[in-house]
Amino acid sequence: MNHSIFQMVCFVVFAVVAVGAALAVVSVKNTVHAVLALVLTFFSAACLWMLAEAEFLALALVVVYVGAVMVLFLFVVMMLDIDLEPMREGFIKYLPIGIGAAVIMLVEMLGIVGVKTLQIPAGANPAGASNIEWLGMALFTRFLLPFEIAALILTVGLVAAVVLALRVRTFSKHQNPAAQSAVRAAGRVRMVKMAATPPAASSKQESQA
Amino acid sequence: MITINDLLVMLPELYLTAAACLVLLFDVFIRDEQRDATHWVAIIVMLVGIFLVIHGQPDMTVTAFGGMFVRDHMAEILKVTVLIATILMFVIARPWLRDRKLFIGEFYSLSMFSVLGVMLLVSAGNLITVYLGLELFALPAYALVALNRESKLSFEAAIKFFVLGSLASGLMLFGMSLIYGATGTLDLHGIFAAVGTTTHLHLLQFGLVFLVVGIGFEFGAVPFHMWLPDVYEGAPTPIAMYISAVPKLAAIGLAYRLLEVGLGPLAGDWRMMLAIMAALSLVVGNVVAIAQKNFKRMLAYSTISHMGFVFLGLSNPTPEGYASALFYAVCFALMETVAFGVILALARKGFECEMIDDLKGLNRRSPWFAGMMAIAMFSLAGIPPLWGFMAKVLVLKAAIDGGMLWLAIVAIICSIIGLFYYLRVIWVMYFEQPVEGAGALEAKPDLALRGVLSINALGLVAMIFFSGPLFAWCQAAFGA
Repeated sequence: MNHSIFQMVCFVVFAVVAVGAALAVVSVKNTVHAVLALVLTFFSAACLWMLAEAEFLALALVVVYVGAVMVLFLFVVMMLDIDLEPMREGFIKYLPIGIGAAVIMLVEMLGIVGVKTLQIPAGANPAGASNIEWLGMALFTRFLLPFEIAALILTVGLVAAVVLALRVRTFSKHQNPAAQSAVRAAGRVRMVKMAATPPAASSKQESQA
Repeated sequence: MITINDLLVMLPELYLTAAACLVLLFDVFIRDEQRDATHWVAIIVMLVGIFLVIHGQPDMTVTAFGGMFVRDHMAEILKVTVLIATILMFVIARPWLRDRKLFIGEFYSLSMFSVLGVMLLVSAGNLITVYLGLELFALPAYALVALNRESKLSFEAAIKFFVLGSLASGLMLFGMSLIYGATGTLDLHGIFAAVGTTTHLHLLQFGLVFLVVGIGFEFGAVPFHMWLPDVYEGAPTPIAMYISAVPKLAAIGLAYRLLEVGLGPLAGDWRMMLAIMAALSLVVGNVVAIAQKNFKRMLAYSTISHMGFVFLGLSNPTPEGYASALFYAVCFALMETVAFGVILALARKGFECEMIDDLKGLNRRSPWFAGMMAIAMFSLAGIPPLWGFMAKVLVLKAAIDGGMLWLAIVAIICSIIGLFYYLRVIWVMYFEQPVEGAGALEAKPDLALRGVLSINALGLVAMIFFSGPLFAWCQAAFGA
C-alpha cells in the first residue's frame, strides 16, 4: 500500500471523526455525553497533529486537555445538575435553516479558496531537529516575547477570576479565633457591688398582692 | 539572539509589567482605609509610563525580538493617549467607586494590565503579538465590566462582551491562520513581501475578510456593533468610560498594523469593505441615537457613528488618511472622557445620573458642569471651531482625496442628523426645568476630580489652537 495514500486515508478518517464529534458536542442533550464527545474531538485533533509529525503537541493535547482539563470539566458537569431542555426549544425548527446556511457557506468557501489548497500539511520537522528540541529552541529564542505575553495573560486570568469569584460577605456571621482567645474576664464580666438586703418597697408590694 | 538592546526598546512595557505586578502585591498589604495609597501609586506609575514612552522614543523606527515588537511614532502617540485616558479614568472614577464599595485594588491592576495589552498591540510586528496583545487587553476589560457583582445588568453586559469578544478573536485567529497558510510567515513585513509572490491569493483575500471582521468588532462598527450599547449601559460607568476611549485607540493601531503594514498591497480589496462599514455605522449610529433615553446608550450609538468617521480616514490608504484617522481617534477619546466624567461627577450613591432626563436644568444647579458637558457635546457634534470639527474636516478631506466623495456626502448628511441628539442634551440642560421632586444635583467635592475634569474640558477648547502641531505629529508618524 502506498504510504501517502495511507496518510490521506488516516487524515480523512480523523478529520471526519473530529468534525462529527464537534457537532455532537453542541447537539447532544446530555451534558456528560457532550463532554465525552469533546474528549473525542481533542483526541482526533491530536491524531491529526501526529500525522503532521507534531508529536509533542499531540501528546501535550492528550495529556493536558484530555487527561486533566476535560476530567475537571466532567466533574463540574456531573456536580452541576443543569437542565438544558428549555434552552433547546426550537432547535429542530431552526435546524434546516442552520444546515442550509452552513452548506451554502461551505460551498462558497470551497468556491473561493478552491479544493486545491485543501491538502495535507507538510511535516513540522525542520532541519532534522526533534519536535521537542525545536519547540524549546523556538519558545525561548524567536518566540520569547509571545511566550512571556502569554504568561501575563494567564496571570490576568487568575487575578480576574479571583476578583469575580471571591466573595467576602460583610454581613455573614463568622468567628474570629484571635478575638476569642484574646478575651479576658475583665472584658466580659462586670462586678457590681450592691446591698445584700432586699429593698423594703418591693417586699411591701408583694405582701399587698 | 536577544540582547540588552531588545529589552531597552521595550522599556515602557517592561516597566509597566513590573509596576502592575507590584501594584497588585502592594494592595494586598494595605488596609481598606488606606486604599487611596494604591490610587495615587497607580497614577504615579502611569505618569512615569508616559515619561518613559516619550523620553526614550528613538527618531527612527526600531524593532526588538526579531521584529516581534516595533517602536515607532504611531505607537508612541497611541500609547501616550491611552495612558492619559486611563489616568483620567482613575481620577474621575475614585469617588464613584467608593460610593458603591467597588474601590478595590484590582480595579487598578487590571486596568494597568489592560493598558499594557494595548501598548503591546499597537507595537506589534507579528501576527502572534497582535493576537496576544489583543487578548491581554480584552481579558481584564471583561472582568472590569463585571466588577459590580451585585448588578445583574452589569453581569449580562460582561457575558455579552465576553462571548462576542471571544467570537471576534476566534474569527480573527481563523483569518490569521489562513494568511499564514497563504504566505508561510507570521511576520507582518514578511506577509507584505509575500503578497506579491504568493500563489494562493484567494486564500489571502479570504483571510483578509476575517481580519476586517475582527477589526470591525474592535471598533464596534456596524454590522458588528451589537455589543456596544449593552456594554456601555451595563458596565460600571468608569469602565464604560474606559471602553469608550481606549479600545478605539487600540483598534486604530490594530487596523494599521494588520491592514497597512501586513496587507497593504491588498488595499484595493479592504478599503471598500471599510467604506461600506463606515457608511453603515454613520447611518445606524446617528439615527438610532436619536431614539435613546439613556445617556450612556446614546453615547454608545454616538460612538458607533464616530467609528464611521474613523473608517472614513482609514478608507484612504495614504499617510494623510491614516494621520487623519489617528487624529480623530485621539480627539474622540479625550471628548468621551469629558462626557462620561460629568455624569460620573454628578452620580451619587443610589443615583446614576445616566438618563438624559437626569440632566434637566443642570445649568441652574451646577453651571460649571453644565458648561463642561456643553463643550463635550458641541465638540462631539463637530460644531466649529471646536476640536471635533477639525477632526471631522480632516477625515472628510482624506476621504475626498481618496476618491470616496459619496462616502463624504453620507458622512456630512449623517452628522447633520446627529446634531439633533447632541443639541437635545444641551437643550435639556439649559432650557428645561428639573424634574419635580428631583434632589439637588450637586457635584462631589472631590477636588482632584473637579480639577482633572476641568483641565480635560478646557483642554478640548485649547486644542482649537494646538490642532495644527498635533496633526503634524500624526502626519510625521506615518512619514507624510
